[in-house]
Amino acid sequence: MRLNERYLNAVMIVGLLALPLWAVVADQPFTITLVTRAVILALAAVGLNIILGIGGMVSFGHAVFFGIGGYAMGILAYHAQTYTALDLGLFSMDGTKSMPMIWLVAMILSAIVAVFIGLLSLRTSGVYFIMITLAFGQMFFYFAISWAQYGGEDGLSIYVRNDFPGLNTLAPIQFYTICFTLLCVVLFLFARLQASPFGLALNAARQTSVRVETVGLNPMQLKLLAFVISGAITGLAGALFADLNRFVSPTMFSWQLSGELIVLIIIGGVGRLMGPVIGACVFVALEHFLGELTDFWHVYLGLVLLCIVLFGRGGLTGLLTGKEGAHV
Amino acid sequence: MSDPVLATLNLNKSFGALKATDDVSIDLKPGEIHAIIGPNGAGKSTLIQQICGGLRPDSGRVMLRGQDVSGFSTQARARAGLGRTFQISQLCMEDSVLENAVLGAMGAEHMAWRFWRPALKRSALRERAEAALERVGLTENRDTRCANLSHGQRRQLEVAVALTLSPKAFVMDEPMAGLGAEGSKRLTGFLDGLRQEAPILLVEHDMDAVFALADRISVLVYGKVIATGTADEIRSSREVRDAYLGDEA
Repeated sequence: MRLNERYLNAVMIVGLLALPLWAVVADQPFTITLVTRAVILALAAVGLNIILGIGGMVSFGHAVFFGIGGYAMGILAYHAQTYTALDLGLFSMDGTKSMPMIWLVAMILSAIVAVFIGLLSLRTSGVYFIMITLAFGQMFFYFAISWAQYGGEDGLSIYVRNDFPGLNTLAPIQFYTICFTLLCVVLFLFARLQASPFGLALNAARQTSVRVETVGLNPMQLKLLAFVISGAITGLAGALFADLNRFVSPTMFSWQLSGELIVLIIIGGVGRLMGPVIGACVFVALEHFLGELTDFWHVYLGLVLLCIVLFGRGGLTGLLTGKEGAHV
Repeated sequence: MSDPVLATLNLNKSFGALKATDDVSIDLKPGEIHAIIGPNGAGKSTLIQQICGGLRPDSGRVMLRGQDVSGFSTQARARAGLGRTFQISQLCMEDSVLENAVLGAMGAEHMAWRFWRPALKRSALRERAEAALERVGLTENRDTRCANLSHGQRRQLEVAVALTLSPKAFVMDEPMAGLGAEGSKRLTGFLDGLRQEAPILLVEHDMDAVFALADRISVLVYGKVIATGTADEIRSSREVRDAYLGDEA
């Protein structure tokens, strides 16, 4: 069976529209929450897919950006709900419950941190790059645990979901609509980026950086910018994830989460537009349905991953369309 | 006498006790093919790397069009007009032939930092890339994945990517490597015409090609240039014969 990748992509988008609508009709709000979770994880993984799939950088610390997004939301909303000022040393500001504002802060903070992490980690490659990004992830994780002002190990609870103009974000389907729309926007951006000159050069830098240098381009600069864009998108997903759970905790910075994002992409298809989306749906479905049956559902996730790595280098997208994925 | 396009001035490079480049001064004049020959381990690749920016010399300078590029990175030298081909093809194997050529065009047109319109739909890039593919005879293969090309076609694509840069000087590291007699002959004909566009510094083991093409030949032995001259001069030099050519010439 050889499926055109466009059809597969369309099926995924239509499915992600139809399932929640069905859930509304059937009055299954938990299903909507589940799909929202998948969509947000997909969004985070699309961010990672830019550097992993196109640029070939295996970041084992992308939870850093997920966590920054989460804490950006948590801290801003915490100050808004307690009517306290957020003291930033030189000046202080009020918290906010506005989602667009929170997203903006989450993305900008993630981008700034990505510049620093990128500048240091991109000097290395291969296993050293993996280890450096992991080390940054652990630094942020332990920092969050010891950050008593914002809940330390227990995290921060936000009682009411943040606001989006014109929508009732507490209604699951309306919050889902926000997340789904953002996913579609980011997928569109990913597709444009991948085909653009920048995407082509980044893809070339993954395959042979000597070639890129020889035509007069700087692979480091290309990779750094990709890393920053990637971090900002994953940061946005983190803010949404915190809003979904109305809770932020250091686990958003955990290395397990970094690993899961990589696993999602490998299951779905490295460097493929819908790879992260397919991976996230499979992941959340396994987590939910197998998780009900057994606490050891990760064993089955591992088996799925094993089969995919052994038999289909292109992930599920590759198996369905018969095209191999990017080699990282 | 016209000014050289590319020149090395007293280049030295050692790896520990091994002197890989020993006071090498060579130059490349407009319109010529200057071949570097020498036995394996003579330091040809080390020399090429120092010219192209992959290796820093211990001392000495590299001049490109009168400009000292010794401190330049590889990509800065490429932008300054150096077009290089590799002994072992450095191509994006997962990409199509056209995409590989477009990458070169992006370097030449300074268009890597564009994020919106697809690279393959930009006429400036496409025209440049397709013109280069046409010249080496790869037009019909433009949609083929590079990994599916024959060895000879990859060698052609190597040259095509260098052509997209419209360089001021070519540095070619064994472009004939692995080509059959037929392919070698065709490429020889092509390089023969190319020298009018930009001079070529040619490292090559294929002596037929070297003697057919080169205006000047330099012989490198143990990192040292032992002779420079026309094909006839090199062929009749006793020193070269002893060191390298043996009975071949």
